[in-house]
Amino acid sequence: MIHSLFLINASGDIFLEKHWKSVVSRSVCDYFFEAQERASEPENVPPVIPTPHHYLISVLRHRIYFVAVIQSEVPPLFVIEFLHRVVDTFQDYFGVCTEAAIKDNVVVVYELLEEMLDNGFPLATESNILKELIKPPTILRTMVNTITGLLMLLPLRHSPLRTRNPRLLDDVSFHPCVRFKRWEAERILSFIPPDGNFRLLSYHVSSQNLVAIPVYVKHNITFREGSSQGRFDLTLGPKQTMGKVVESVLVSSQLPRGVLNANLNPSQGTYTFDPVTKLLSWDVGKINPQKLPSLKGTMSLQAGASKPDENPTFNIQFKIQQMAISGLKVNRLDMYGEKYKPFKGIKYMTKAGKFQVRT
Amino acid sequence: MSSGVGYNDQTGAETAVEAGQETTPTTSSSGAAFGLFSADFKKNEDLKEMLESNKESLKLEAMKRVVGLISKGKNASELFPAVVKNVASKNIELKKLVYVYLVRYAEEQQDLALLSISTFQRALKDPNQFIRASALRVLSSIRVPIIVPIMMLAIKEAATDLSPYVRKTSAHAIQKLYSLDPDQKEQLIEVIEKLLKDKSTLVAGSVVVAFEEVCPDRIDLIHKNYRKLCNLLVDVEEWGQVVIISMLTRYARTQFTSPWKEDAVFDENNEKTFYDSDSEEKKGPTEAKPYMMDPDHRLLLRNTKPLLQSRNTAVVMSVAQLYWHLAPKHEVSVVTKSLVRLLRSHREVQYIVLQNIATMSIQRKGMFEPYMKSFYVRSTDPTHIKTLKLEILTNLANEANISTILREFQTYVKSQDKAFAAATIQAIGRCATNISEVTDTCLNGLVLLLSNRDETVVAESVVVIKKLLQTQPTQHSEIIKHMAKLFDNITVPMARASILWLMGEYCDRVPKIAPDVLRKMAKIFTTEEDIVKLQTVNLAAKLYLTNSKQTKLLTQYILNLGKYDQNYDIRDRTRFIRQLIVPSEKSGALNKYARRILLAPKPAPVLESAFKDRDRFQLGTLSHSLNVKASGYQELSDWPAVAPDPSVRNVEVIEPVKEWAPSLGKAKQPKSDAKFYSDDEEKEEEGSERSTSSEDDSSSSSSSNSDSGSEEESSEESEKTSSGSGGSSSGSEKSSSDAESEQRQKKKTKKRTRKPAASDSDSDENGNADQASSSATESSSESESDSGSDSPAPQKKAEANTQPKMAVKSKKEVSLLDLDDFSPVVTNAPKPSVISSSLLSDLEGLSLSNVSSAVQVTSPSFGPVKTYELLHHMTGKGLAAKYHFPRQPCLYQPSMVSVQVILTNNSDHALEEIHIGERSPASLNVHCFNTIERLEPGASVTVSMGVDFSDSTQAANFQLCTKEDQFGVSIQPAVGELLMPFTMTEADFSREQRNLQGMNETSATVTMATANTPRQAISKQVLSVANVGAVSSSQDNMLRFSGRTVSSKALLLVSLDLKDSSAVLLTINTEKTVMASMLLRDLTRALAQA
Repeated sequence: MIHSLFLINASGDIFLEKHWKSVVSRSVCDYFFEAQERASEPENVPPVIPTPHHYLISVLRHRIYFVAVIQSEVPPLFVIEFLHRVVDTFQDYFGVCTEAAIKDNVVVVYELLEEMLDNGFPLATESNILKELIKPPTILRTMVNTITGLLMLLPLRHSPLRTRNPRLLDDVSFHPCVRFKRWEAERILSFIPPDGNFRLLSYHVSSQNLVAIPVYVKHNITFREGSSQGRFDLTLGPKQTMGKVVESVLVSSQLPRGVLNANLNPSQGTYTFDPVTKLLSWDVGKINPQKLPSLKGTMSLQAGASKPDENPTFNIQFKIQQMAISGLKVNRLDMYGEKYKPFKGIKYMTKAGKFQVRT
Repeated sequence: MSSGVGYNDQTGAETAVEAGQETTPTTSSSGAAFGLFSADFKKNEDLKEMLESNKESLKLEAMKRVVGLISKGKNASELFPAVVKNVASKNIELKKLVYVYLVRYAEEQQDLALLSISTFQRALKDPNQFIRASALRVLSSIRVPIIVPIMMLAIKEAATDLSPYVRKTSAHAIQKLYSLDPDQKEQLIEVIEKLLKDKSTLVAGSVVVAFEEVCPDRIDLIHKNYRKLCNLLVDVEEWGQVVIISMLTRYARTQFTSPWKEDAVFDENNEKTFYDSDSEEKKGPTEAKPYMMDPDHRLLLRNTKPLLQSRNTAVVMSVAQLYWHLAPKHEVSVVTKSLVRLLRSHREVQYIVLQNIATMSIQRKGMFEPYMKSFYVRSTDPTHIKTLKLEILTNLANEANISTILREFQTYVKSQDKAFAAATIQAIGRCATNISEVTDTCLNGLVLLLSNRDETVVAESVVVIKKLLQTQPTQHSEIIKHMAKLFDNITVPMARASILWLMGEYCDRVPKIAPDVLRKMAKIFTTEEDIVKLQTVNLAAKLYLTNSKQTKLLTQYILNLGKYDQNYDIRDRTRFIRQLIVPSEKSGALNKYARRILLAPKPAPVLESAFKDRDRFQLGTLSHSLNVKASGYQELSDWPAVAPDPSVRNVEVIEPVKEWAPSLGKAKQPKSDAKFYSDDEEKEEEGSERSTSSEDDSSSSSSSNSDSGSEEESSEESEKTSSGSGGSSSGSEKSSSDAESEQRQKKKTKKRTRKPAASDSDSDENGNADQASSSATESSSESESDSGSDSPAPQKKAEANTQPKMAVKSKKEVSLLDLDDFSPVVTNAPKPSVISSSLLSDLEGLSLSNVSSAVQVTSPSFGPVKTYELLHHMTGKGLAAKYHFPRQPCLYQPSMVSVQVILTNNSDHALEEIHIGERSPASLNVHCFNTIERLEPGASVTVSMGVDFSDSTQAANFQLCTKEDQFGVSIQPAVGELLMPFTMTEADFSREQRNLQGMNETSATVTMATANTPRQAISKQVLSVANVGAVSSSQDNMLRFSGRTVSSKALLLVSLDLKDSSAVLLTINTEKTVMASMLLRDLTRALAQA
C-alpha cells in the first residue's frame, strides 16, 4: 500500500526518507515540487498528485510535508489518516513535531516508522502499543492534552461513563476502546481505557440546539474611494459566558492587498501587521466585560489604487475554562475491576475551532 | 509478560542507549561534512571500525549513525559486510537497527545478505512471538530471489503459528513474496485461503490485503468466510476494517440482487414484472414486498453501520461508500451526518470527503441539503477545498434555497482568491441554467460584474453570460450591446473570443454594432491571441453572409491576414472559410449551403458538474479522487440480475485441514503472550466464543444423514456403548477424526441419549461432506484439481453434492430450532469469563441468518468426529461424560494430546464441584480442567484437558469426581490421535523418507473393497484414522501424509502407492516402529472398508 515516505520542509528539502518496499528514488518528489511551485499558498498543494508511475499523497502539518508514495489503488483517506497518525505519534514522542526534533531523534523515528507499517500496511499505530515497543526519548512528558470541546483525564479501568441528554449529541465518534453496542442501547460509554492520554469521543451538537457563540465583534472598517486612508475600528465583547472569562483571545485577519500599512492602537494586548503578507494579528488576552478590548486606527492604502472589493474576515480564537459551551456534562463515572480508589476529575474547557467573522 | 519484556528489555543496553543519545547531536551536526566526498569516505571507515569493535556501545552508536545516513538517503551500502556480522547480536536495540539496514540494502548486496538468513531461520523458532514475527518480517523483506523457497516455507509455518500476531505477519509476508516472485501465486493462494479461515481479528485485515493483492478475482474464497468477516468486523483493527469493507463491497455487488428495484418500480412498471418473473420466488406471493433482501446482504449493512462512529476517517468513508453502493436508496442517508462530521477534520481529509460528497450530491440532493451550511466557504480554506464546496453548494441549489446560496455566492465573488471568484461565477451560471426562476436575476448580476475592476472576474462573467444567452438569446440584445461596448477594455482572450462569437451568432440583433466590431478587429488582428483570431474569422464569415455589402472588404482583408498567419490552424480555417463563403469556380456545391452551415441554430451548452460522471468509480477510491483509473483499480460490477446461489456462504462443509489446527488454539492462548495486544486478544476470544456458538447450525446441519454407514464401525460403536463405563472398547482404536465444536458434541449427546447407536453415522456423513467439498484448502495437488479452485463450475458440483443433505437436514433443523436455548449453554462453555455484551449482540445478529439455515463462522474444521463414552449416565449417577480428540495442539504442554470432554447432567438435581481426582499410573501427566462449580440438570458443558500419553496407546485412567461421588474412567487413544500434522514439501518428504528406511519402514499391500476408489476417498480414510497432514504430490498415483508424534516429536511419514485399481501399497516410515505397526493395522482396516 504505502511504498515510501518523504518528509519535506518548507524550503523544499527532503530531510528524511523511508522505504517499506523497494527503494523509490527521491526524484519522484520532483512532481511534488512542481505542484508546490504552482500553488500560491503552502496549503494549496493538492493532497493527491498523480505521476507516471506513482501517486503522491501528502499532508502538511507543522510546515512539514509528509509525502507518501503509492503505487496502486488505495483509498486516499487511508493514507491521509495514517500520515496524520504518524504526525500525532511524533508529537506524542517528541513533544513537538519539527524538522529539528525529527532529525535529533532520527533513530527513534526510524524505529517507529518500522513498527507502524509492515509492507506498507499499518501494523501498530496505537500510542500505548508503540510505547511498549519503543521507548520515548524522554519520560518527562506533559500531562496536558488539549481536545477541542472537552478534556478528560481518566486514569481508570473499565469505566462506563454516563452522559445526560443524549439528544444533544447529534453525531459522535469514538475511540476504538468504546463498546458501540452499549452506547447504542443505553447511551453509556463503556470502555477499557488504553494507557496514556487519548480522545475518547468527539461529538457534534445538532443544529437544532443552536449554541450561542460566546464572543461578539463590532467592527467598522471603511475604505474611501480616492483617499489613501482607511478607517479601522474593531471591538470584542463576551456574550453568555455564565460568568466565565473568555481568555487567550487571538484575532487574525488577512487585510486586502491594497493596504500598505496599518497604524492601529489596541486598548489591550499587542498587534502585529505584516506589510508583505498583509496579515494582521492581535493578541488580545482576556476579555474584561467592563472594559471591552478594542483596536482602532487607520490603514494607509496604495495611492491612486481603487477601493478594495472585499472586507476582511476575522479569525477569532479563544478559550473558556470550566465551561463546555455545548452544554455537555459528564454525569457520572464508574470504574470496575480495579481495587484501588481512583482519583476522578473532569475539566471542562471550550476552545474555538475554526471561527470566522465576516465583515 | 515474557514477550513484552523480551522486546522491551533494554537493561543490558541501557548504558549504550545513553551513550547513543549523547552522540546523536554530533551526528546531525556532522551532517554538513558529508558534502565532501573525502569526508564521507573517512566517516564510513570510522563507522566500519566501530562496527567491528568488541564493544556493544560502539557498535550501537555506529548503527545509529548508519541509520541516520539511510534516513537522509545517503549511500551506506559499503558497510554491508561490517553490519551484517552483527545480525545475530544479543542486544535487541542493535539488532533492530541491523534489521533496518539489512532490509534497505539486501537487494543490492544479495550474496552477502544470504549470510544472515540462517539467523532468521533460527529466530523463526524462537519462543517469543515478537521475535518470530520480526524475523519473518525481515526475512520476507529481503528482496533476494534465491531465498524464495525459504520464505515460502517460513510463511507456511508462520501461518499456523499459535500467535495471531505472527500469523498477521505471515499475511503481510505473502504480499512481499508475491511481489518478489509472482510465480508463487498458486501456493500463496493456498496460504491465503487458509488464513482467511482464521478467526483472529488481528489477522483478518492483513489477510484480506493479501487477498486483494494476490488474487482479488478469487471471490470464491470469500464465500465461506463472508459471514465470519461480517461478524468480526467491529472488532478488527481500524486499518483492517477499511480493506475488508472495500473488499466486501465488491463481493456484495457480485452476489446479491439490486436493492434499488423498489425505487425503480415507481418510474418503470414493466421492470418490476421483469424482475418478478425470475429473481426471487418470495417476491411472488407478497405483493407488498416486491424485493426481499438476502439476509447476508442485510448482515453486511447492519454490521458496518456502527463503524460510522469510528474515529478513523478512512473507516467512516469506507462505510459511507459501502452504503452508497449497496444499501437501498432510502437507507443511504444514514451516512450523511458522519460524512459531514469528517469535514471538521484535517484539510486533506476534507478534500477527499468533499470530492465524494460532490459526487453523491449530484444524484442525491436531499442527503446533504439540511447540512448546506457545512459547505460554506471560509476565507482560510485552501483553493481546492473552496472550489469543491462551491461545487457542492451548486449541486444542492434548488428553488427553495437558491436565494440563500446566491447571497453566499456574492460574498465569494469578492474573494481575493481570484481563481475561486472565477469558479463562483461559473457556479452562478450553473444555478441560472438549472433553476429557471433565477435565470434573469443571475444574468443581471453577472452583467453587473462586467464592470468589476478585476479582469478575471469580468472575463469569466463574459464567458458565462455567453453560455446563458445561448439558452435564450431573443430578449437580451441589450446585454450583447453592453458587452460590445466593454470589448475594448477586456483583455482576457477567452472573454474577447466569447464576445466575438456572440456578435457573429446574433449579428441580426445587433446589425449596426457587429460590423463596427469587425472593423476594430481588422486593425488589431495580428496582435491578437489565436483563439481571438479564430473567432474574428468566424465573425467575418458570418457577417459576410448576412451583411456582405458592409463587410465584404473587411472580410477579405481579414482572410488575407489569416492566410499568412504563423499558426497553421488559423491558416487552415481561413482557407476553409474562404472556399466556403466566397463564390468561385472551384468552390463546389458547398457554397450554396454556407449560410446553413455557419448560421445553423446551435444547441445551448449544458452547464453541468465536473463530478457528473465520477460515479463510474467506486467512491472513496484513489481513482475516484483523480477521476482516472488508477493502476490496480478493481471495477465494481453491476448487480447480477439473478443472485448466485446464496448457499455457497453456508458453512457446513468439513474440511480435513489439520495443519491449521493451531489457529483454534489461539483464543485460549495464555494471556501473558498477548500482552501488547491484550485488547484485541480479548475481543478475539469473544470472537471465537461467538463463532463456537454459531457452529450450532453447522453441526446441526451436517450431523445427520446416515446414508452408507459402515457396518463394522457401527457395531463397534454399539458394543462400546453397551460395554458401559469402561468406554475403552477395542474398537476405538479405529478413531475417526473429529470436529472442534463442542456444540456439535452437545447435539450428539442429545441424539445419543435417544438412540445410542446412531452416532456412528457421523463419521461417514461428514466424510461425505469432505469429499463433496473436497476442500480446496487441502494442500494436496489432487484436491486442487478436483476443486478447481479458479473456476466456479466445480464449486457448483460441490454444492450439488451437499444439496441433498441439506434437504434431509431441514427436517432435523426444525427440531433443532428449539436448541436456540443452547446459547445460554454456550455461556457455560470453557471460558465463561470472557462473554460480553458484544457476544450477545452478535448472537442477536445470528437470529436473522438462521432464516437461511445459515452458519456464521467457518473455522478450520476437520474430518469426521468420533466421540467416545467416558462415563455412562447410569454408572455416573446421572453424570454422563463423553470425550473426543479435537486434534488441536495442546495449549498446556506441547507434549500433551488435547482431549475435549463433554459433561452432561442427566440427573434431576444439580451436580457440584465436578473435577478430576486420582490418576493412574501416578506418573501420568494430565492437565485437568478447572473444577466446575455447578452443573444444572439437563445442562452440559465442554471442557478441555491435556493428556501426555508418551506416544503409547496405553489408557490414561483417572477419577472423575463430583462433590459426592467418584467414578473411575479411562481414556484410550487410538494411535492415530497421538500424531500431529507436520507440513513439509514433497522434496522434504522424499528426503526424510530416505533417511527412515530399513527397520524404520513398515509396509503392506491393501486390497481395496471396491475397485477404483477415488483418491479423495482414500485420503479421507487416512485422515480419519490418523491426525496427519497431506503433502502435496506431483505424482498422480502417490498419496503422501506427514505427521509427528505428539510427545517425542518423531517424524512419521505415510505414503500410499496406488498401484492398480484395487491394490494400494501402504508404507509407513518412522522411528517409532511400534506405532508404525499399529497405525499400519488401523489404516489397512480402514482402507479395506473404503
